[in-house]
Amino acid sequence: MWEYTDKVKDHFLNPRNVGVIDDPDGVGEVGSLACGDALTFYFKLDENEKIADATFQTFGCASAIASSSALTEMVKGLTLEEAKKITNEDIAEYLGGLPKEKMHCSVMGRDALEKAISCHLGEAEKEVEGEIVCECFGVTDVEIDRVVRENHLSTIEDVTDFVKAGGGCGNCHDRIQEIIDGIRGTVHPKRKKSPALTNLQKIKLIEESIEREINPNLKKDAGRLELVDVDGNRVLVRMGGNCASCVKSPVTLKHYVESKLRELVAPEIVVEEVQ
Amino acid sequence: MDVIYLDNNATTKVAPEVVEAMLPYLSQYYGNPSSMHSFGGNVSEKIEAARQHVANLIGASPKEIIFTSCGTESDGTAIRAAIESNPDRKQIITSRVEHPAIKNLYETLSKKGYQVTFVPVDNEGRLDLDYLYKSLNDDTAIVSLMWANNETGVIFPVEKISREVKDRGIIFHTDAVQAAGKFQIDVNNTGVDMLSLSGHKFHAPKGIGVLYIRKGTKFSPYMIGGHQEEGRRGGTENVASIIGLGKAAEMAKQHLDENGYAGVGQLRDKLETSLLERVTNSMVNGETENRLPNTSSIAFEYVEGEAILLMMNEHGICASSGSACTSGSLEPSHVLRAMGVPFTAAHGSIRFSLSRYTTAAEIDFVIEKMPPIIDRLRELSPFWKQKGQVNS
Repeated sequence: MWEYTDKVKDHFLNPRNVGVIDDPDGVGEVGSLACGDALTFYFKLDENEKIADATFQTFGCASAIASSSALTEMVKGLTLEEAKKITNEDIAEYLGGLPKEKMHCSVMGRDALEKAISCHLGEAEKEVEGEIVCECFGVTDVEIDRVVRENHLSTIEDVTDFVKAGGGCGNCHDRIQEIIDGIRGTVHPKRKKSPALTNLQKIKLIEESIEREINPNLKKDAGRLELVDVDGNRVLVRMGGNCASCVKSPVTLKHYVESKLRELVAPEIVVEEVQ
Repeated sequence: MDVIYLDNNATTKVAPEVVEAMLPYLSQYYGNPSSMHSFGGNVSEKIEAARQHVANLIGASPKEIIFTSCGTESDGTAIRAAIESNPDRKQIITSRVEHPAIKNLYETLSKKGYQVTFVPVDNEGRLDLDYLYKSLNDDTAIVSLMWANNETGVIFPVEKISREVKDRGIIFHTDAVQAAGKFQIDVNNTGVDMLSLSGHKFHAPKGIGVLYIRKGTKFSPYMIGGHQEEGRRGGTENVASIIGLGKAAEMAKQHLDENGYAGVGQLRDKLETSLLERVTNSMVNGETENRLPNTSSIAFEYVEGEAILLMMNEHGICASSGSACTSGSLEPSHVLRAMGVPFTAAHGSIRFSLSRYTTAAEIDFVIEKMPPIIDRLRELSPFWKQKGQVNS
């Protein structure tokens, strides 16, 4: 159940300006059936170059319909210069706010408005700017960059709520995080990007790490670690020497060995002891 | 405004008789069933009576029934028990259309090194049996398949599949949460080793579930604690809910024995046929032959489910949509996607699920209200004029 404001409900149940303008001065289409929402926005100018009429057609949820309806009301009487300044936040504000998960509806409104204005000005359909980051929803780095800056977003979930990017398979999450980090000027204290290792390289690296780093340290307590097997990211080891009988060895295993291997080999490593 | 509740696969009304049966155990009879004194011991007798009723609903013996907190706990307990009793086996099998209780658990186990096989379904929601049987091998720890699908109502041939699986020495679990009380179940005609039920899907309260464990099945508890449920599920019993569940199971069994669900099926058919007649570009999701009598998933092309639901809500009509329009990712349900339902239809899918309390008048009301809702939303939709009307 979404917490919609009365204004959202009103614009959903009684949408203003539905339909097509037969001879429009500008048309903007965004979204698709596959994506789950789509909006076509039309406007007509008067003799003073102000927007005399604006209409829409929307396929989508209640907030998509309400955002479209709100947009048509907001632009009436504005010059194109003035209309250009409308942001997605303005649309959401006009409706008394939208649930965070639904902010992409307001972004869709803004995008349709921009497209319609470009269409009127005779600007060629903009080539897709930037490179696609989210393959599932076809969102580019430029779009993500913009929405993060304009709405002061700070997490991947925020970005998904506003432009859907990252809401599908999730493969682009690292890239989205990089964009956010770049804008916020913070280097995320996150794991180094682990180079893609082949299985053979990984096993060798684990062996080397144990021999050069871990065992010399365990040796101080007359302990020893033996690599038994590697299965994906599971590293199976046997504890020898004093470690075998030491009650603290499970702690050593988790705290020291595992964190060392995560640091040196890959952050996904899980160490398990076998008898 | 009256509520017209056609969302019974989500949860059901607690039967008034169930509430009545429970009330004394929320007030005067508060004893602990494990106590030595008769004040507590009497409660224990009531629990055993409830166990018998639940066993009767599925043809089990009372000793094979343990009470849990919900269907999800039952599912999780069954899968984990199967894995623990077969530590050498690393493959686990299920279908692509399971409830999240199984789906997400399997995905979690996959990250822990289990090899997970998700058996596909065809575009009518029928399980690919060849694929399933070819996937079975000596490394398979468990096969878990839902008996009936919560979104489409499609029934898997669990009797037959479970015997095939069991013949190969593999544990078979079924999530029967949507099946129980909607058609006759007799575990004796199956190879089912474990079966999950949830009380609130058949007019008991929320927060009470059941796991059937066939006698002789290796088991290890998930909730470790006291000796309750013969050590198979620790924790003081949810007494009032168990007693309510017993009453609900008794009533469900009686309703089935009297062929009461035929009436529910007729109402469902009337709803479905009328809507398909009155609304162009609409279709049923899933096969209609082997299907729960109370469920109808209908796709209304070129409109979006949440918008439909909110307009229905204005008339007090409760149902569910097949698309989870959440957190920006407007992905239609995994069930409809697994069936290959096209996006045009998947986003506008509505699940109607009836119960024995649904009346003919309510169905008539819904038949009257739905077509204008779809028409209204199609008027708003940019795709309708381009595509829909051309086809119709």
